[in-house]
Amino acid sequence: MSHLHLPTPISKKFFTPGVIVLSVIALNGIIFLLGRFFFGIGSVTNLNDQFPWGIWIGLDVAAGVALAAGGFTTAALGHIMHRDKYETVIRPALLTAMLGYTFVATGVFVDIGRWYYIWHPLVMWNGNSALFEVGICVMIYVTVLYIEFLPIVTERFIGKVNLPGFLSRFNKFIDRLLRALDRGLSKTMFVFIIAGVVLSCLHQSSLGTLMIIAGPKMHPLWQTPILPLLFLLSAFSVGFPMVIAESLSASRSFGLKPETEVLSSLSKFIAPLLGIYLIGKIGDMVIRETFVYLAEINFISIMFGIEIIIGVIVPLRMFLSPEVRKSPTGLFIASMLVIFGVVMNRFNNFVTAYNPPYAVESYFPSIGEISVTLGFVAIEILMYRLFVMIFPVISIPSTKANIKTKYAIRGVAK
Amino acid sequence: MSQNRRDFFKTIAAIGAGGTALSAVTPKKNIAAPENLLSTERKGVLVDTTVCIGCRKCEWACKGAHDIEQGNYEDYQNDKTFETNRRPSAKSLTVVNQYFAEETPATIKLQCMHCDHPACVSACIVGAFSKVENGSVIWDTDKCIGCRYCMVACPFQVPAFEYEKALDPKIAKCDFCYERTKVGKLPACIEICPVEAMTYGKREDLILEAKRRIKNYPDRYYDHIFGEYEVGGTSWLYIAQKDLVSSVFPKLGNNPAPGVSESIQHGLFAYFVPPIAVYALLGGIMWLSKDRETKKENT
Ligand code: SF4
Ligand code: SF4
Ligand code: SF4
Repeated sequence: MSHLHLPTPISKKFFTPGVIVLSVIALNGIIFLLGRFFFGIGSVTNLNDQFPWGIWIGLDVAAGVALAAGGFTTAALGHIMHRDKYETVIRPALLTAMLGYTFVATGVFVDIGRWYYIWHPLVMWNGNSALFEVGICVMIYVTVLYIEFLPIVTERFIGKVNLPGFLSRFNKFIDRLLRALDRGLSKTMFVFIIAGVVLSCLHQSSLGTLMIIAGPKMHPLWQTPILPLLFLLSAFSVGFPMVIAESLSASRSFGLKPETEVLSSLSKFIAPLLGIYLIGKIGDMVIRETFVYLAEINFISIMFGIEIIIGVIVPLRMFLSPEVRKSPTGLFIASMLVIFGVVMNRFNNFVTAYNPPYAVESYFPSIGEISVTLGFVAIEILMYRLFVMIFPVISIPSTKANIKTKYAIRGVAK
Repeated sequence: MSQNRRDFFKTIAAIGAGGTALSAVTPKKNIAAPENLLSTERKGVLVDTTVCIGCRKCEWACKGAHDIEQGNYEDYQNDKTFETNRRPSAKSLTVVNQYFAEETPATIKLQCMHCDHPACVSACIVGAFSKVENGSVIWDTDKCIGCRYCMVACPFQVPAFEYEKALDPKIAKCDFCYERTKVGKLPACIEICPVEAMTYGKREDLILEAKRRIKNYPDRYYDHIFGEYEVGGTSWLYIAQKDLVSSVFPKLGNNPAPGVSESIQHGLFAYFVPPIAVYALLGGIMWLSKDRETKKENT
């Protein structure tokens, strides 16, 4: 790379028309959320004894976990395999994962009936439960993500602690604390980085184990003993598309030049990953002979078709083409399709495929459920915007002299 | 957490099973399900649907025994109720429905089946469900976080949830009248039944009794005891005049419901061997690829 890329806090106005629209969506979600806490889950959702899980689990949690996969896939590539040129995308991916998982946890918090007992899995263990495994891994991983983010915080504030008024007497002390933290972290960070990748592999696959216990309640097109493997493979394939889509949106939103070079070389990994996933998915279908369910055209087969064709096959073909990989628009569209495909897949596994034996009517999310889900997405985007304005996350071309480079999370300077 | 004897055996068995489960995801019955340490003394109920007269006294008594609003007993004598196919719910832990087998009506009582290898017990994130010595599957209000995974898991779709409650919503299902049987009483529904459609006793004895009835009255019974083998066996057993019962319940095989998921679970984790192996592998890759770094670390 010819010029210097330095992660820098973005200085732009926070409020734009887009931000105002997002705030309205967020506010609307929060109002319905309050309803859920004051009047019970039943007052806001369409859930019932036949359909205990809806989009709060199927989208907010299951799809949310998958879409945060950019964090561990880029960490594996950049830090573990030491492909230095991808350093610039690691910080944004880390931030997305951190915010993503925070919202997954919040999603769980609002969905469970007894939210004040959310800490119970920490002390009450049931190793047979797939949900327990997911819960514990996610809890530890969120902690790891926050630790991985700490160096960015110390980098931002070391030598710049400047508290107002009487608090200023603590400035020196906090600065020293930050420096000590920074030194400690840079020596131990590799432990957390590897742990983060291992934990991700574990809970991404355990997420797939979740619905297996539903047995015949789940449509055979999706119900298979290899669900954990399929979930892991699809998480692998959605990681980089998330990073690409997010990087392109951020550079457009902040008026920066897209990092097409890095992104298009990152995109080379996507087609093979999607290919492996597709082979798993189709192979499983052939072995279990579930393709018979595709013979008739109904809601189920249409949903399956959309998931596979639009969400996997089309983007797979696109990522094989060098022209697509070179153009920001092509990259963006293809990445969005993969993201759409994985969201569809999680939604299908948890909602479409679930067919309780005594259902009187089918489940469709209520206005309240949809509002809360959209509200979460809006708040997450707003938080992302806020974070990249405060912390050095996004790399922008810089002419500044070489700064001290640090192992791991620290930005690159070349 | 109290590590009781059962858990200990479970752990030992699972360590052995881990290796096997890794190589084959297909469940093996004895490996996968909660280990077969069921008490041979466990109780059950034989429901003889040919005897049931559909008076719904059991529904009424069950509510009484569980502090649920009962209403007037007379209101239960309404044939209109049978027009809808009801399900057990938080307001009624058991329901009696009417079904038709070739024009002949039959009434069948539904409630939790108290599976021998319960999916709800396996699924519950915090272990709020447990299968106890006397065969009951019971729920602990002090543990449950209200995630409703047990509802997703139960093959009979039994557990219900109090969706309308903002605080302390409960998972509700028949608890085999655990509080009553503990002190030697009969379950409320069985005690009240005027025609003795249900027999309470040792599960083993009930199976013998059911076989005896089927053998002695071949015209009266269809030759199948529902619950003897379904999903690995249940504490509640049904015999009926026609092949009715198996159409009332969902089509389920004889493998324990938690089988597949537990063997995958134990395969993925297998007492931390796979995660640690992955950790070591990644650490190795990280160390070996260090040279790729153009710059030396300066720490
Ligand atoms: S019927 Fe359902 S709730 Fe009852 S023991 Fe079996 S799995 Fe659990
Ligand atoms: S709702 Fe309660 S009992 Fe059911 S699985 Fe969740 S924690 Fe366990
Ligand atoms: S055993 Fe008890 S809880 Fe279960 S249906 Fe009968 S009365 Fe109700």
